[in-house]
Amino acid sequence: MSIHTPHPDLPPPVTSVGAIGWLRNNLFSSPLNTAFTLFALYLLYETVPPLIDWAFISANWSGDTREVCDANPSGACWAFVRVRFDQFMYGFYPESEYWRINLAIGLLVALMVPLFIQKFTRKGLLAAFILIAYPIIALQLFAGGNFGLESVETSKWGGLTLTLILSAVGIVASLPLGIVLALGRRSNMPIVKSVSVVFIEFWRGVPLITVLFMASVMLPLFLPEGTHFDKLLRAMIGIALFQSAYMAEVVRGGLQAIPKGQYEAAEALGLSYWKSMGLIILPQALKMVIPGIVNTFIALFKDTTLVLIIGLFDLLAMIQTAFNDTNWLGFSIEGYVFAALIFWVFCFSMSRYSQALERKLHTGHAR
Amino acid sequence: MSEPTSPKMAVSDDVMIELKAVHKWYGQFHVLKDINLRVQKGERIVICGPSGSGKSTMIRCINRLEEHQKGQIIVDGTELTDDVKHIDQIRKEVGMVFQHFNLFPHLTVLENCALAPIWVRKMPRRKAEAMAMEYLEKVKIPEQAKKYPGQLSGGQQQRVAIARSLCMNPSIMLFDEPTSALDPEMIKEVLDTMIELAESGMTMLCVTHEMGFAKTVANRVIFMDGGEIIEENEPEEFFTNPQSDRTKLFLSQILQH
Repeated sequence: MSIHTPHPDLPPPVTSVGAIGWLRNNLFSSPLNTAFTLFALYLLYETVPPLIDWAFISANWSGDTREVCDANPSGACWAFVRVRFDQFMYGFYPESEYWRINLAIGLLVALMVPLFIQKFTRKGLLAAFILIAYPIIALQLFAGGNFGLESVETSKWGGLTLTLILSAVGIVASLPLGIVLALGRRSNMPIVKSVSVVFIEFWRGVPLITVLFMASVMLPLFLPEGTHFDKLLRAMIGIALFQSAYMAEVVRGGLQAIPKGQYEAAEALGLSYWKSMGLIILPQALKMVIPGIVNTFIALFKDTTLVLIIGLFDLLAMIQTAFNDTNWLGFSIEGYVFAALIFWVFCFSMSRYSQALERKLHTGHAR
Repeated sequence: MSEPTSPKMAVSDDVMIELKAVHKWYGQFHVLKDINLRVQKGERIVICGPSGSGKSTMIRCINRLEEHQKGQIIVDGTELTDDVKHIDQIRKEVGMVFQHFNLFPHLTVLENCALAPIWVRKMPRRKAEAMAMEYLEKVKIPEQAKKYPGQLSGGQQQRVAIARSLCMNPSIMLFDEPTSALDPEMIKEVLDTMIELAESGMTMLCVTHEMGFAKTVANRVIFMDGGEIIEENEPEEFFTNPQSDRTKLFLSQILQH
């Protein structure tokens, strides 16, 4: 028998690594793939340069009236969006009170910054403040009526502000409610279980439009005469309950993926049901379903546009209202592109944040 | 396995665990049939038998991971009933080590160990972590304290699992096939840890097929089949002079290699 000599590590062949290797593997690996690559390049050539020309190079940025845009019809008329920008952002909120919205949103951003700083140690306390105290402060700022602030009715709230309020409330309410429903659905207690199942299946089976209609038109009919129940609040409750049913099913998927051994180990150590859920099961289950949770958040964010049909003016509704302005007829493309851009920026940020969160929470777990 | 390191230690007369005519069913299937067992303080019992014989189910009944439907189980003077207080009381006294370790993958080794003392025993965090480090030293992996379970080998994970149970300062330890999921070269490190634990006088019930371990540390070997205790004896007698045919068959199958 010959004696074994260890083989040294050799570098891989040049053609399989680097830019050339990548091109060969991904774009030109077969005649068919080469044809697809060329066809795709042709499509990009046909669509991208004209789009860039329309949106940026020939676009009309300045001017307060439509004359500038009429003079140069080959470019986008961003002047329309600029003139209407305040309404898109703040809806019918009184112009003199815009600072209150700016302050509330600025405050939120300032409060959230420390949450992303690694060294900051009192994250739990701050998060509790944001979830409990901040909504009260924000409500005071938005609605006014106290501390010498002029009262602004919710019917005047609108634009991106309203979109953000609706989705923030929806997100903050639907996640905990969804977790409770998911735990309820997996409970051994028959009443808790059936209540959760009925709730989830009811709200999942009904379209959001119907929910909003019910909240806005039907609900007041059942309430006693003279009770005033704010329309915006009704829409918020409708959205939160609706989304919590979806959230519950996403969370349940995570709970089911946790091996039975984890539950048993927690029990064997003497942890109570709520402690083992809170310390062992949910941290793992929620981490596992981050993509699903964020997916639901994104859907919720976009679904808020449906409040248009019950007469609430969110970002999209404000933009559509602006189309009817006789001074600016015919610029709906610019309006929709602007709406799409704003929605895309928010949704894409959520998606990127969730990916970063997944990477951060990954502990190389092999069970 | 090395030479028996400890002479069989004196066993006190205090009864730690008592099973009286315990029965259990899974649906129609009768898994445990009239189990009677007394375990004295400091006793080390090895339970063996073919798979499906009910040996795991029996020890899982002792800390209520499984419910028995008939008979009595009394652990350190407390009877297991539906009363949650009794169950909590018993789980504080009884540690358990699983076949698949069941460490919490989202927590570091140290956090795994300190978790239950902090949340169940209400120990201050600093004190719990100091104690966790002590036990990690005892199982000889203090240097892994800051790592996550996924970064450890199987043998190391099982030793962490033992340390985690010991952190609750239990008076009884249950082992449910602690070495069956391990690569051969890691079995010894886990068995050595268990032998050390036995030498410290811990009451132990081990479901295992490590017959060397049984010979070294057990006071009694129990053989189960079909949900019944077929035979129980001192290890010496059990291996050299088995009484029933089923025991003989089982021993011939596992010892012939």
